[in-house]
Amino acid sequence: MNAVVKQSLNEDAAIRPFKINVPDSDLADLRRRILAARLPESEAVPGLARGLRLATIHELARYWAADYDWRKVEAKLNSYPQFITAIDGLDIHFIHVRSRHENALPLIVTHGWPGSIIEQLKIIEPLVDPTAHGGSAADAFDVVIPSRPGNGFSGKPTTTGWDCTRIARAWDVLMKRLGYSRYVAQGGDWGALITEQMGALAPPGLLGIHTNLPSAVPAEVLGALASHIPPPGLDAEERRAFDRIDSFFTNGLSYAWQMAGHTHALYGIADSPLGLATWLLDNELWNQQLIVRAFDDEPESLTRDDLLDNITLYWLTDTAISAAGLYRENKLPFFAPMGVATPVAVSVFPDETFQLPRSWAERAYPRLTHYNKASAGGHFAAWEQPKILADELRVAFQRFRDPRDC
Amino acid sequence: MSAVAQSMSMDSGAIRPFQVNFPEARLVDLRKRVNATVWPDKETVSDESEGIQLAVIQKLAKYWANEYDWRRCEAQINAVPNFITEIDGLDIHFIHVRSKHENALPIVITHGWPGSIVEQMKLIEPLTNPTAHGGTPADAFHVVIPSMAGYGFSGKPTAPGWDTVRMARAWTVLMKRLGYSKFVAQGGDWGSLVSEQMALQAPPELLGIHINLPFAVPPAILQALPSHQAPPGLDADEKYAFERIDFFLVHGLTYALQMANHPQTLYGIADSPIGLAAWFLEHDLLSYQLIARSFDGVPEGLTRDDILDNITLTWLTNTAISGARLYRENKLPFFVPLGVKIPVAVSAFPDELYAVPKKWAEQTYPKLIYYNKVEKGGHFAAWEQPKLFTEELRAGFRTLRG
Repeated sequence: MNAVVKQSLNEDAAIRPFKINVPDSDLADLRRRILAARLPESEAVPGLARGLRLATIHELARYWAADYDWRKVEAKLNSYPQFITAIDGLDIHFIHVRSRHENALPLIVTHGWPGSIIEQLKIIEPLVDPTAHGGSAADAFDVVIPSRPGNGFSGKPTTTGWDCTRIARAWDVLMKRLGYSRYVAQGGDWGALITEQMGALAPPGLLGIHTNLPSAVPAEVLGALASHIPPPGLDAEERRAFDRIDSFFTNGLSYAWQMAGHTHALYGIADSPLGLATWLLDNELWNQQLIVRAFDDEPESLTRDDLLDNITLYWLTDTAISAAGLYRENKLPFFAPMGVATPVAVSVFPDETFQLPRSWAERAYPRLTHYNKASAGGHFAAWEQPKILADELRVAFQRFRDPRDC
Repeated sequence: MSAVAQSMSMDSGAIRPFQVNFPEARLVDLRKRVNATVWPDKETVSDESEGIQLAVIQKLAKYWANEYDWRRCEAQINAVPNFITEIDGLDIHFIHVRSKHENALPIVITHGWPGSIVEQMKLIEPLTNPTAHGGTPADAFHVVIPSMAGYGFSGKPTAPGWDTVRMARAWTVLMKRLGYSKFVAQGGDWGSLVSEQMALQAPPELLGIHINLPFAVPPAILQALPSHQAPPGLDADEKYAFERIDFFLVHGLTYALQMANHPQTLYGIADSPIGLAAWFLEHDLLSYQLIARSFDGVPEGLTRDDILDNITLTWLTNTAISGARLYRENKLPFFVPLGVKIPVAVSAFPDELYAVPKKWAEQTYPKLIYYNKVEKGGHFAAWEQPKLFTEELRAGFRTLRG
């Protein structure tokens, strides 16, 4: 990874090809640390541990040290064209796969926390090669998947200021630098905030955005959360969304508050692989049963390799703390509309933190072009249900392929 | 620690002597882990607003791996009588030092988080042997210092329920088991809450309590905190206390929320010595600044050894997570008065999370027997300013002595 850091000092618009090749000694060191990990000697106190059970952590540790093969995902990543380019003083790493179809629509997809580009790998082929994945040539996308500042193979900010707005500006620079004068953007989790910031900035050429975690909760609903009493007049769907958000804010946000308050209290997640793994997995963003089944080797949408690919990427790039920095940088309230001016497409996934009612989407987005309730999937929709998300993107962005619509 | 493990088979009520002696291999392993630490990048700011600064924690790591001597701390603990006894199904470790003065007042002193019995070690001599430390025989105490459930050498609860209420009951059992029919209690941080719970339970043997982090914020103040606007009519002391509480609740509470929500998620502090050290240094800003100065070679109340004694004790006993669970057990909002009716003595230290104004103490405790604003000291008052703290306990409890 040293090459990345050194080259970044002479900033220009150069786009440098990039390959991953982690030294064997790093992988041996990781295994040694997992095997030497101090785990609690007894099962977590029943009723106190609402997250991962100790048995799952033990199986994760065993599999990670004994069977997991980083080289597989490294080869997968290296099978796609990857690049690094300096934008606004920081090296930005990205995957860039062009479709062979001439009129493909350029799309930039942004990952969230606790994720990385690993979240998006499964959607690349259906998007760039639709004819091999149940679509037509008219469904093709040219796909750009950047690593967020501080995450993966992108540079780590050494000063403050890399918030969602700055990242949104950088993404527009990136797309224009790649020669795309007309493009669309997509994201979930932090990727959704960054994408909505792009929508709010509305740079020329950004045709529209797609989000699967919309910032579209009405002010009176957000205002009522402090009291836990829903505002009057909510229908059943709105009421359910209120309850989900209320529960998330009440019980689920401590990981976010810790990172927003003091990232640098979490030295344990930089120094301990198991500390990192549990910090990334044991929070309310996850369907914990999905993780348990993955490590029981009964994968439904995510496998143990999926989960460990992402965690191992954090570990090998030593980005546990730098990736957490966005929580501190962010000053936007979660889920509050931010005045997106571009067309917006929304997909609602049943196991997401909350399910945005259409009524709220219509209020938040004056140019709502698509709203659909997907049949399966949670917070990590692209990763869990790549086919469904790819289908959503095809439908949602269809209208931007017709020049009369743009 | 095999002595602890043996406790499972012991009869309830027995009091067993206890000594600390960790195998050398554990100390070698600790040093090896500290030396092998994987560091994150330096914070992006030049102050402590992102948490524990890399330069500070790296100084701590260097000292810990190269110069720090756990055997010195171990010898200090073993120099006083230590015991373990089972109460309510759990092994409770405690230090018990009797004064040579016959009419000494028995006192149970409870540590907090991120602390241990290490916080109270400096009090033992001046409290039990006052004539050698500027006092008279009439100032003498018999001192009992337990390790809270899940902390240090006490047992780790394997089922929920060991909250401060249950610990308070256990401490009364402990004092009576030691033969004390009259005693007082003292605490700061969680130790305050345990002591106030004892006072609320008000067993007839408990004469009174002394508190250095009182749960004594009036309802009008608590109601105003969400708006961050101090209510009108506060005097200077009250206004300052309001600002300090507001600051703590806004900037200082994330570690508590994490431990209250998912203590078990913090595997990194169980597996990484530096992860543990940084998590402990996180407690509050003024304490962190004091500790940072100490590692810069300007020790005031706490030395580098003080800090590392406490962290090393937690590491060696593997109690980072079991100690954190108390935050999850607790259901009482911070600083809200509990309704204590028995005599209460209060010392307000200037660098505490908030220095309680006398007016609030009077409103909260109908039998306020003592109130003093101490000139120096912070959240870890007993540890930082043992001499001043001792004087507070002597003066605070004077009226309760027969």
